Amino acid sequence: MEEQAIKVEKLTKRFGDFTAVDEISFEVTKGEIFGFLGANGAGKTTAMRMLCGLSIPTSGNASVVGFDVYEQTENIKRNIGYMSQRFSLYEDLTVIENIKFFGGIYGLRNKQIKEKSDSLIERLGLQNETKKLVGALPLGWKQKLAFSVALIHEPQIIFLDEPTGGVDPVTRRQFWEMIYEISEKGITVFVTTHYMDEAEYCSRVTIMVDGRIEALDSPRKLKERFNVSSMDEVFYLLARGAKKAVI
Amino acid sequence: MKQFLIFIKKEFAHVLRDRRTLLILFGLPVVQILVFGFALSNEVKNSRVVICDYANDESSHKLISKIEASQYFDVEKITMTYNQIEKSFKEGKIKAAIVFPVNFDNDLQHLHKAQVQIISDASDPNTGNTINNYLSTIITDYQVQLIENIKVPLRISTEIRMLYNPQLKAAHNFVPGVMALVLMLVCVMMTSISIVREKEMGTMEVLLVSPYRPILVILSKAIPYLLLSLLNVASILLLSVYVLELPIIGSVWLLFLESTLFIITSLCLGLLISTRAKTQQEAMLFSMMGMLLPTLIFSGFMFPVENFPWVLRMISNLVPARWYYIIVKTVMVKGLGFSSIWKETLVLVAMTFFLLVVSLKNFKKRLA
Repeated sequence: MEEQAIKVEKLTKRFGDFTAVDEISFEVTKGEIFGFLGANGAGKTTAMRMLCGLSIPTSGNASVVGFDVYEQTENIKRNIGYMSQRFSLYEDLTVIENIKFFGGIYGLRNKQIKEKSDSLIERLGLQNETKKLVGALPLGWKQKLAFSVALIHEPQIIFLDEPTGGVDPVTRRQFWEMIYEISEKGITVFVTTHYMDEAEYCSRVTIMVDGRIEALDSPRKLKERFNVSSMDEVFYLLARGAKKAVI
Repeated sequence: MKQFLIFIKKEFAHVLRDRRTLLILFGLPVVQILVFGFALSNEVKNSRVVICDYANDESSHKLISKIEASQYFDVEKITMTYNQIEKSFKEGKIKAAIVFPVNFDNDLQHLHKAQVQIISDASDPNTGNTINNYLSTIITDYQVQLIENIKVPLRISTEIRMLYNPQLKAAHNFVPGVMALVLMLVCVMMTSISIVREKEMGTMEVLLVSPYRPILVILSKAIPYLLLSLLNVASILLLSVYVLELPIIGSVWLLFLESTLFIITSLCLGLLISTRAKTQQEAMLFSMMGMLLPTLIFSGFMFPVENFPWVLRMISNLVPARWYYIIVKTVMVKGLGFSSIWKETLVLVAMTFFLLVVSLKNFKKRLA
C-alpha cells in the first residue's frame, strides 16, 4: 500500500489564455485531513475537479490513490468519495432509496447494500425515518446522510467541497467529529472550506492564491511563520496579494 | 446493466412522485384532444341565421324547413323586413341571413331559375366561408330534389367530393398536430428539465464523480421518457379512435415506428437544451419559446405552411414537428405506406443525427 494518497507535480489547467491552476505541487499522506483553502476564484475547484477525474489537466502530473489522472480516471472514480455543500441527495427519494441508488451506482451487490444501509441507518439513528423523503429531513441530518452515502463504497479518499456551508455551528462541530472518525480509520480527507476555524482542525492546509499554492504546512507552523495568532490572519495576509481573486 | 436498471428505476420514481409532471404527462394529451376535438373545431355548428322571406310561398317554405332541419343552423326568426336583418347583424346575434325575393316560387316554376341571397358575417372569414358553403350545399340539394320531381331533363349539378375527409371533419388535421405538440412538450421539456434539475441540485456532480459513465446518465434519463411518450402516443390514438371516431387507416406499427423516431429527435433537442440551460426555469423557457411555439406555428396544423412567405416556409423546414405532422397525416388519415413518407423520415433521421452529435459534443465540453 502506498503511503501517499495524492501526489501532484506541477499540475496546470488553462482555459484559453486564463491559467486557473498554475503548476501546483503537493503530496497528501494517507489518513491525513488535508485542508484546501483559497478565495473564490483562486482555482480550488478546478484543482479538485482534476483530482476527481472530472477534468483533464493541461500539463503536469498527478496520481490519486496510485492512479494517473490522465489515463486511469475510471479507477480513480471507483476509489474516491465526493460530497459538496449542496448535499447531493435526491430530495424526492426516501432515505433508503437514496442509499440503494448510490450503492447501486457504485456497483455494490444487493447484499452489500443491505448490510451497509442497515449499519448506516443505525449509526445515524434514522431507523424511523427510512421511508421519509430526504427533502423532509432537517439540514443537519441531510448532511450527515450525504456524508455517509458518499462513503458507502468504502473509498480511500473523500473529497469534501465546502461541506459545511450554511450549516449551524453545532451541526458543523458534529460533522467534523465524523471527519475525524473516518480519518482515524485511515481514509484520507481532502476538504475545501471558507471557515478558518475549520482550517485549524486540519492536519495540514494549503492556501491557493491566483492558481498557485502560496503556503502549505500545518496550521500551527503557518501561524508561527507569519507570526499571527489565527488562521484567519494567515489567510488574509496571503490572499490580500491576489490579483484575480475577489476576497 | 444492473446499475442501468437502478438508474432507470430512480428516474421513474422522480416522474411518478411529481404531481405536476404526471399532470403534464397524462392530463395534457387528454385535455388537448378534447379541447381541439370539441371546442376548437373548424366545423361551424348551430350558427344562428335570420331568414327574410319576401316570397312566402311553397318553395321558400320548403327550403326554409330544410335549413331548419340542418344541425348547422338555428333559424333565429323569419321576418319580412330587411331592416331587421341589419339590426341582428349589428347586435352580433346572427352569423348569416337568407333573403328570398318575391316571386321565388313563380320564377322557379316558370323561368326555371330563381335567386336567393345569402349574407354572411365575414368578420371571421373562415366561418363566413364555411357557412356560405353549407348554405349553398343545402340549396343545391333542394334544387336536385326539385328536378327529380318535375322531371326537367337538363340542369347543372355540381358534385362535391372531399377527398380523404368527406365529412369535413376537423379532427383529421389536429390529431396529428396534437401528437406532434404533446411529444415535443413531453420529450423536450421533461428531459431538459430533469437533466438541468440534477445540475441544479448538485446530484449531477456526484453522478459524474461516480464510475457510472456520463453517456449512460444521458441514456438512462432518455429511456423513461421514451417509454412514457410511447404511452402518450397510444393514449392519443385511443382517444382519437374511440372518442373522436377518427379511424387509423394506415399501419399502426408504422405510426409507432415513426413516432419513436420523432421522440428520439425530441429527446436529442431536450438534451441540447439541457447542456445550455443553467436553471430549470431557463430550460423550461427554452423549450416553450424555442420548441412549442414553432411547433404550433410552423408544423402546419394551425396555419397552412403553403400560405407562408418563402422566408417563413424555409424556417418551417427546420422544425422537426412539420415533418412528423406530414408523416402522421399520411399514415393515419390517408392510409399510405412507407414509400410515401421515406423522404420525411429521412429528414427526421438527419435532424436526429445532427442534434445528437451537437449535444453530445456540448455535453462533453461542459465536463472538461
